[in-house]
Amino acid sequence: MKTTLTALALLMAGSGLAHAEGELFLYNWGNYTSPDMIKKFEEKYGVKVTITDFDSNDTALAKVEAGASGFDLVVPSAGFVGIYAEKGLIEELDLSKLPNHKNIAPEWMNVEWDQGRKWSVPWQWGSTGMSVNVKDYTGDINTSSIFMDPPPELQGKINVIPEMGDVLALATMWAGGNVCSEDPEVMKKVRDALLAAKPKWMSMDYSTVEKMTNHDYSATVDWNGSSLRSRLANPDVAYGYPKEGYGLWMDNVVLLKDAKNTENAYLFLDFIMDPENAAMLSAFARYANGISGSEAFMPDDMKSTPELFPPAEFKDKGQFVTVCTGKALDYQKAIWTELQK
Amino acid sequence: MSPAEEARIRDEVKSAWALSAPALIVLALAAVAPLLIVVVYSFLSPGQYGGIEWNFSLSGWAGVLFEHDIFDDALKLADGNLTIFWRSVQLSFVTTVLTFLVGFPTAWFIATRPPKARALWLFLITIPFWTNLLIRTFAINQIIRNEGVMNTLLMKAGIISSPIQLTYTDTALLIGMVYVYLPLMVLPLFATIDRFDMRLLEAGYDLYASRWQVLRRVILPIVKPGIIAGSILVFVPCLGAYVTPRILGGGKNMMIGNFIELQFGQGKNWPLGAALSVTLLIIVTIALLAYVRTISGERKDG
Amino acid sequence: MADRAKRSFAVTDLPGFSTIAILVFVALYAPILIMTLYSFNAGQSVASWEGWSLDWYRVAWGNEEVKKATLISLQVAAAAAVLSTALATLAALGTTRRRNFRGQTFIYVMINQPLMVPEIVTAVALLLVTAAIKKATGYSGLGYLIMAHTAFCIPFAYLPIRARLEGMDTTLETAAADLYASSWQTFRRVTLPLLMPGIFAGAMLAFVTSLDDVVITEFIKSPGQDTLPTYMLGQLRRAMKPDVNAISTMLLVFTLVILSAFFLLSRNRK
Repeated sequence: MKTTLTALALLMAGSGLAHAEGELFLYNWGNYTSPDMIKKFEEKYGVKVTITDFDSNDTALAKVEAGASGFDLVVPSAGFVGIYAEKGLIEELDLSKLPNHKNIAPEWMNVEWDQGRKWSVPWQWGSTGMSVNVKDYTGDINTSSIFMDPPPELQGKINVIPEMGDVLALATMWAGGNVCSEDPEVMKKVRDALLAAKPKWMSMDYSTVEKMTNHDYSATVDWNGSSLRSRLANPDVAYGYPKEGYGLWMDNVVLLKDAKNTENAYLFLDFIMDPENAAMLSAFARYANGISGSEAFMPDDMKSTPELFPPAEFKDKGQFVTVCTGKALDYQKAIWTELQK
Repeated sequence: MSPAEEARIRDEVKSAWALSAPALIVLALAAVAPLLIVVVYSFLSPGQYGGIEWNFSLSGWAGVLFEHDIFDDALKLADGNLTIFWRSVQLSFVTTVLTFLVGFPTAWFIATRPPKARALWLFLITIPFWTNLLIRTFAINQIIRNEGVMNTLLMKAGIISSPIQLTYTDTALLIGMVYVYLPLMVLPLFATIDRFDMRLLEAGYDLYASRWQVLRRVILPIVKPGIIAGSILVFVPCLGAYVTPRILGGGKNMMIGNFIELQFGQGKNWPLGAALSVTLLIIVTIALLAYVRTISGERKDG
Repeated sequence: MADRAKRSFAVTDLPGFSTIAILVFVALYAPILIMTLYSFNAGQSVASWEGWSLDWYRVAWGNEEVKKATLISLQVAAAAAVLSTALATLAALGTTRRRNFRGQTFIYVMINQPLMVPEIVTAVALLLVTAAIKKATGYSGLGYLIMAHTAFCIPFAYLPIRARLEGMDTTLETAAADLYASSWQTFRRVTLPLLMPGIFAGAMLAFVTSLDDVVITEFIKSPGQDTLPTYMLGQLRRAMKPDVNAISTMLLVFTLVILSAFFLLSRNRK
């Protein structure tokens, strides 16, 4: 009975899909959407997809909140999904229109920002750790001390990505707290250590792939996919999972309340939860995707990489980086502003 | 004053406003109206996740000068803000002087070519700027980095033995800013030098003036409007520069533009960002007015 | 006459000026050469050289996004340059070469206002204004970008034109008026030609300023309106792909071809 229903639903969905024509407006991080996958989607459904880029969660939120943005789907990071929901900017998903919803891997189904995945579907996920050039530094790379208390041989050659949430999460875990710590003692330690470490950094910059590949700096706080790209271009680069705790993140697709192409948006959401299509996304963006069964379709150089699959000893050291609230956020904003001066 | 003359002056003023009106309307809509919103925002309280709450608050303005220590709540002078302001003013000033020092000879060179070749040289100076700012900035970084073209050539030539570390230094930032803002200095200078009557130089030399005297006493006073226009066009946008400091400065030491951007972005304190912007605007306006007053005052004397 | 020209040419030489100018030109073109070189790079990175290839041209040509972004950049810059230069020329004519009047300072401050506010501030505020208009009218075309760009290009166009006008000799215009030329004829035949270098400089500045704008565009663009700079800004956090080098090189070559054609034509006409 259940299978017949599902088949029926699929059929209905399918027939609805085949006729859905028109447009879809996706608002996503730049250089993050596989053109091949978009082409496949466009050809399958006859829907023209227009991608527009953003470069920060804050800009994207500001634009969507201002209204009449014209977008249908947005890809915010995990912590921002709740903010979009709280501000009433996104639509609760009609799961009956998403037969592939069942493909979401169990560990990504009941996430803290979206129990039961009623508001968002996975796009890509990854971790924040350390990329280190192992020719320059032979010590332990699985530690945040690399940037919080830089070893002498790395001083002046370290980069820190200018990303508040990710960096402060690493720093707080290094200081012995949880990601959104409200403990003044911990946060004081975080601030003092960061301010003491900053003169030993070279830069606070995003372009880690080029700079690590070309050996402009020797170590950086980095996202795992960037580290993977650097290693593929320069074998001296290795990715370290800080044992004090490393950050986990996920970008998710949400459906905007003022979307004009809702039906096409559902088609797209369902489409990207198909393992084969999800693998296309990963092959392009170089991160994992949270869809069961997509590993089989991944390119060979991503199947068992240390960047995407943390070694057993570090598996439970990852903590999810969310947007903190209340006192914790106040601490973060104050520390980050002081650090960036 | 005769009535006829008064009427003529009235007409003149009327036509001044009529001619300026189209530009003023566009500016009112797309530049001044937004500014009013920002002024209003500076008196509201910040939203938890960015944006604003519609409650009157002076916290944004207080934040320009003072800050609460997040741990012991002690009120102290926000010396960090002042440092950033001062740093921005210094860097912008140095950039303006440097662009003038290289821009003036360049504009002079172009303006003294035969008339037919002038347009060609002008095009030559603007063509690099048809290429996107980000690409140019990356390319500059490519040249000055440790293993980049410049260091490699200098080392091969035996001039230096180890690479000069320029990446992410103030020097790199200055090189980038001078590059970016150079045409803003050269073009206005060219426009004034071009209408300069070169016979005045002959007159100068005939009176046995040295080259330096001619430059100081004849050329500079006449091209002054160009110098004013050029230095405003360089100095002011420099203060709010965003892309160049971010890419060439390495993001560790901010300029005021980046700091304000931080408040509207990850810092999630829009009212402080708004108050800082209005402060910057006031400082720049006062400086500009003083600058223009002094200059036009001088002109009356001369 | 020829003799005079030769002599005045010699006195215009100032020691070292030509050397500095040539060095400036070399320095200006060095990054452009690097960009051109790297557009032929075989490697994935924008920073390390791995041999010659035309791959990035193929990639860029097949990349609809980057092609579209380039077109939008050019459209907006051309429209904004024309509009802002026209408005700035009028305003410059209205505010120079006349007796001081009340409100002159006001006009001056208004015109320069876009220079004085960091882009991000105008951007955030414009976002709210444009969102309100979009909601009310439903229009979401390039008009917003063109309008915003025109506004911040006005001071860039205005200052060189004003600098040219200031102290421009009024004798010719007076002479024309004495010969019973109408004020329009005087403007068209005398003032405008004399003003042309200033207008040209202003239009060029406005064009390149619009072409480089990132922050304001990022905030007010509607779906599908990425310009080349916002497209690149979006890539900043991941790896920058060298296809932007390829597209910029193509754009450069295109510019050079157009300009050379323009020069040859105007030379032949003379």
